[in-house]
Amino acid sequence: MSNSAGLKAKLGLDVFKPGLEPHIVIRPGMEKDPRLKKAILVCPAGLYSENEKGEVVLTIDGCLECGTCRIACGTDVLDWNYPDGGTGVQFRFG
Amino acid sequence: MEKFDVIVVGAGLAGLAAAYTMSREGLEVVLLERGEYAGSKNVTGGRLYVNPVRHLFPDLWDQAPFERFITHEGFSMMAADRSITVGYYGNELNRAPYQSYSVLRSRFDRWLAEQAEAQGAMLLSSAKVDDVIIENGKITGVLTGDDGLHADVVIACDGVLSLIAEKAGLRNAGMPRDYAVGIKEVIELDPDLINARFNLEGDEGAARLFFGDITKGRFGGGFLYTNRESISLGIVVGIKALMEGEAFLEAPAFFDGFKERPEIAALIKDGTTVEYSAHVIPEGGYRSLTPLSGNGILVAGDAAGLALNLGVTVRGMEYALASGYYAAQTVLQAKDAGDYGAEKLAVYKTMLENSFVLEDFRNFRETPAVLDERRIVSHYPELFGKIMKDLYEIPGGPKNRLYPTIRRYLTIGEMLSMFKDFRKVMKI
Ligand SMILES: Cc1cc2nc3c(=O)[nH]c(=O)nc-3n(C[C@H](O)[C@H](O)[C@H](O)COP(=O)(O)OP(=O)(O)OC[C@H]3O[C@@H](n4cnc5c(N)ncnc54)[C@H](O)[C@@H]3O)c2cc1C
Ligand code: SF4
Repeated sequence: MSNSAGLKAKLGLDVFKPGLEPHIVIRPGMEKDPRLKKAILVCPAGLYSENEKGEVVLTIDGCLECGTCRIACGTDVLDWNYPDGGTGVQFRFG
Repeated sequence: MEKFDVIVVGAGLAGLAAAYTMSREGLEVVLLERGEYAGSKNVTGGRLYVNPVRHLFPDLWDQAPFERFITHEGFSMMAADRSITVGYYGNELNRAPYQSYSVLRSRFDRWLAEQAEAQGAMLLSSAKVDDVIIENGKITGVLTGDDGLHADVVIACDGVLSLIAEKAGLRNAGMPRDYAVGIKEVIELDPDLINARFNLEGDEGAARLFFGDITKGRFGGGFLYTNRESISLGIVVGIKALMEGEAFLEAPAFFDGFKERPEIAALIKDGTTVEYSAHVIPEGGYRSLTPLSGNGILVAGDAAGLALNLGVTVRGMEYALASGYYAAQTVLQAKDAGDYGAEKLAVYKTMLENSFVLEDFRNFRETPAVLDERRIVSHYPELFGKIMKDLYEIPGGPKNRLYPTIRRYLTIGEMLSMFKDFRKVMKI
C-alpha cells in the first residue's frame, strides 16, 4: 500500500451507513486466484491485500461502491452486490 | 400487487430525466433509488454542458443548483519534471446562456429529484432493486427485497455496472478495456482564494484538464473544476491499464502523485479535503454500447454505456439526461399504442440515432482506440517539455540559436512518426 495511513484518513472523511452483511465477498476457494490479485492494484480505497498465505483478503469497510474490482476481477471470483438500500457510502458532494 | 405505468431503476441523471418527463405527461411513475437520497451514490467530474439538452427540459435550467459557469478553460501537458499549459478565455463563455457549469451531484441530483416529484413521480429511496420479474419472456416488474412491483415497462438507469440490464439478459459483466475508474477529492477552499487563484470574478468558474506523466503512460488524464466553495480534483485511468501496472503503483498512488505535483499543489494550497470518492466510467465508445432495449425494458445513461471519453475529458451527464428523455418519449409512444414489446421499444434506438447522442458516439467512434497510445500520453509531453525547457533556459555561457535547439529534438524520424500520429488524431 502506497500511503495507507493517508488513505485511511481520507476514507474517514466520507460518511458510511453500516450495513448488516458485507456486499462484496470473495468466492470461497478463489482467494489465491490470479484474477483476484488485480483487485489489490485497482481498488481506489485500498481494501484488498495479500496475507502471509498468499491469499487475497478484502476489508469491506470504506468501500466506495465504485465497481472497479467487479470489472477488473470478474464475477467468477467476486460475489459482487451493492449494499442494502440506504446503507454504504453516502456522498455529500459527489 | 402494486402496478404502475413505469418503473425507473436509479435516480441518477438518466432516471431523473426519464421520471420528470413521463410524470409531466401524467404517467404513473415509480422511481427506485438504493441511496438514502438521490445523488448520495453518484460521482462525476464534473462539468455539465447545457446546450445539447437545453431544449429537452426548457423549464429546468433557471433554478438549477449549478456551482459556477465555466469561463476559463485550461489544458496542461505534464512531463515528469515540467509541464506546458494553454489557457483559453473568451467573452462568449461569459455571456448567458452559459454553455457549461461545474456541478456537485449530491446537490444537483437531489434538486432534480424534487422537480420530478413535483411533477408527480413517486421516489422511493433506500430501495435497492435486486432483480427483474420476467413473465412469458417479457419484463413485467422488479423485486426489491421481498416486494414485487409491476409495471408496463421498466427503465434501467442504474449506472455503469447496470446489474439490472445484466439480470434482464441484455448484457454481461463489463470488460476492463471498456471502462476507466475516476478517483476524486472535493477540496474546500475559500471562494475569494478560488477567484484570485484562477482569475475569476463572482460565479465565474475554471476548468483545467491534465494529461501526460500523471497517468504514467496509461490512457487517462486529470481534471480540476472550481465549485462555489470547493475544488473538484480527480484523475481518470483505464482499468485495463491499471491492471497491467507494477505492484507498487496502486490506484490511490496515481491520485496522490497527481495531487502532489507542484502545479496542482499550488492551486489547492490551504484547501481542506472534505470527501474522497471513486466511480467506474464507461469509455468503450460506440463499439461497446449495450443493447438499448428489450421486451418490456429500456436502458439509459451509463447503464447503456452512454459516456464518451474524449481523451482528457469525460462526457456522460448530457447523454444520461438526453437518453432518459428519449426513453420517456418511447414509453409515451408505447402507451399510446398499448404495446411495450421489444419491437415497439426499439424506436428508442432510432430516437437516439437521430439525436446528438448517438451522432456524437458515431463521430467519436475512433477516439478511445486512437488515444490509447503511450506516445500521446508519455512521449509528446516529454518531448515538448524538453523543447520548452531549452527555449527558456539561459545557460552560464552563450545561448544556442532557437532553430537548432528545436531541430535537435525534431529529427526526421521524429517528424515522420509525428506525422503518422497526426493522421490518427485527424480521425477524431
Ligand atoms: C470521476 C468522474 C468524472 C466525470 N466527469 C464528467 C464530466 O465532467 N462531465 C460529464 O458529462 N460526465 C462526467 N462523468 C460521467 C458522468 O458522471 C456519468 O456519465 C453520469 O453520472 C451518468 O449518469 P447516470 O444517471 O446514467 O448514472 P448514475 O449517475 O451512476 O446513476 C445511477 C443511479 O442508479 C442507482 N442504482 C444503481 N443500482 C441500483 C439498484 N439496483 N437499485 C436502485 N438504485 C440503483 C444509483 O444509486 C444511482 O443513483 C464523470 C464520471 C466520473 C466517475
Ligand atoms: S467497489 Fe471499489 S472501493 Fe469497493 S472494494 Fe471494489 S474497488 Fe474497492
